[in-house]
Amino acid sequence: MDARKLDFGQVPIIARGHTFDTVTEKISDIVLKSGTPKWWFGAFLVGGALLTGLLFALTVLVFKGVGIWGNNQPVGWAWDITNFVWWIGIGHAGTLISAILLLLKQEWRTSISRFSEAMTIFAVACAGIFPVFHTGRPWLAYWLFPLPNTMGVWPQFRSPLVWDVFAVSTYATMSIVFWYVGLIPDLGTMRDRAKSTLVKKIYGALSMGWRGSTKHWSRYETACLLLAGLCTPLVVSVHTVVSFDFAVGIIPGWHTTIFPPYFVAGAVYSGFAMVLTLAIPARKLFHLEDFITTRHLDNMAKVMLATGLIVGYAYAFEPFFGIVYSGNKYERFLMYNRMFGPYATFYWLLVLCNVVTPQFLWSRKLRSNTVALFIIAIIVNVGMWLERFVIIAISLTRDFLPSSWGAFKPTIFDIMTFTGTLGLFLTLMLLFLRGLPSIPMFELKAMLHGETAEGHDEVVGLEAEAAV
Amino acid sequence: MKEVKTYPIYGVMAEFETPHALILATKAAYGAGYRVMDAYTPFPIEEVSEVIGFHRKDNKVPLATLIGGILGGIGGFSLASLASSSWYPLNIAGRPLIPWPAFIPVTFECTILLAGLSCAFGMLAMNGFPQPYHPVFNVPSFSRASNDRFFLCIEARDPKYDESSVMDLLRKSDATEVTRVDG
Repeated sequence: MDARKLDFGQVPIIARGHTFDTVTEKISDIVLKSGTPKWWFGAFLVGGALLTGLLFALTVLVFKGVGIWGNNQPVGWAWDITNFVWWIGIGHAGTLISAILLLLKQEWRTSISRFSEAMTIFAVACAGIFPVFHTGRPWLAYWLFPLPNTMGVWPQFRSPLVWDVFAVSTYATMSIVFWYVGLIPDLGTMRDRAKSTLVKKIYGALSMGWRGSTKHWSRYETACLLLAGLCTPLVVSVHTVVSFDFAVGIIPGWHTTIFPPYFVAGAVYSGFAMVLTLAIPARKLFHLEDFITTRHLDNMAKVMLATGLIVGYAYAFEPFFGIVYSGNKYERFLMYNRMFGPYATFYWLLVLCNVVTPQFLWSRKLRSNTVALFIIAIIVNVGMWLERFVIIAISLTRDFLPSSWGAFKPTIFDIMTFTGTLGLFLTLMLLFLRGLPSIPMFELKAMLHGETAEGHDEVVGLEAEAAV
Repeated sequence: MKEVKTYPIYGVMAEFETPHALILATKAAYGAGYRVMDAYTPFPIEEVSEVIGFHRKDNKVPLATLIGGILGGIGGFSLASLASSSWYPLNIAGRPLIPWPAFIPVTFECTILLAGLSCAFGMLAMNGFPQPYHPVFNVPSFSRASNDRFFLCIEARDPKYDESSVMDLLRKSDATEVTRVDG
């Protein structure tokens, strides 16, 4: 293999010396070799424990109602919606990596694409729990969908909440379809490499009988490109619609036109932070440094820095709009309340996490230090959660009428539900890492093939030059 | 008397070590007049489908996607308009019953959803999936088609098919192995 093409003074995307066979072996062995590593069980225990907490909290909720949460007038949307927006935002990086970077021909995306796409699906699953249970009667959640019914009632299509139902369910469906389509050829590889008949049958059924026919590949590649093209505007629309939930409302701090771009940038920001949070330990523990190189981490850190700056810009503009430009006393009070009110700590903490912390990423040295990068990513995750909390809950505590002001305090069930979704996410991620090829093998092989072909051209080119 | 069960022949399969060898052999087979054949590779190689005679215009996935998208768009907008204007009309201060800008998000999401589903399921259906059995899997070394080997199969359905001449043709190429595929 000739890595010269990719190696312009940087770490290559795939470490040198890999052949088609070693790529297949290295990635499929994680799944097919018996013997789950010890740390996996440890992590699974943690995830499972938190997940049990989630099941408990939700069971209590179904019996007692949403009153077990801290939500109350005037703060009707609190941790639940904060968590919903946070999780959906995290999902966005997965689609960005798998769809937008595919269209932009960013080859480095390949090795992290499936992993982050899985992250998207699990994050959307976590997100979906909150609005469904916030309805208080989750068994009637199907009323959100436009289904003909004997009551003759239909959803209100002028409402952003209905748009949200359409956006999020489309997003979940498309993410699963895109991810599964992307998995099919690798499931075929797993089938062909599995030793036990049962495992062979399972992967065989999942791969639908994929055999790598060139005609199939041709349609397959077109489908992948088209799905990527469809997911690109979709991902932008989803967080835009999520931000409409607030922007269309009249609450000061919600009623803002910059929300759509601001939310999308924030989503990508937090999503990349989450990809890094997961990828750094996963590459170490599964010895995938050859495929997820420091180049990937460096690029992701750069995307994080860029989106972090956009978010910082939005933070600077919010007070400008609120205090200087609007001339609206409620808006002005909102900004004052955010910065100096009873929840001011959260505001300044979020500025520290989201604006100050990413500035460390200007340093190449820190970007190539996985421990530093991991810590920064965690801080950004926390910061983005705080941002959503500040926007959603704190804006509600003090609106127009001082007589209706209030405060918000989470209950143990708020905490258990949130940590429970973290547990659900961790559990699903662990099952994915152990059960499915976490790096697209066929795409890596296509890249290796492309490199050798290019290297060949380069040699030919040099010879031609020499002849001249 | 015990009857010997016979299987129909599916075709002849050749195995190659490199994509380049596969492309050369495919070109040779196409040049010799064979048309009903297929190549099997561990990753997509555009050149192979070109030389095998499967061109861009034979690929109907974009058409399926377009149709799905158009239906989804019309469907989404009609759903929102009908629900708000005839199935459950709400007159709020005389505002229009069909405020079209408010229906754009739903229309857009339905467009994407139906386009995406018809793209994915269209691709699977056109590829004939799910397909639990296929004769090529009878070739023992075929399991490497999903790893690091490249295969060409000239099928018995080809009007020019004649087993010995196909075998000869493929043996002349860089194939590491040439096998008959039982159906």
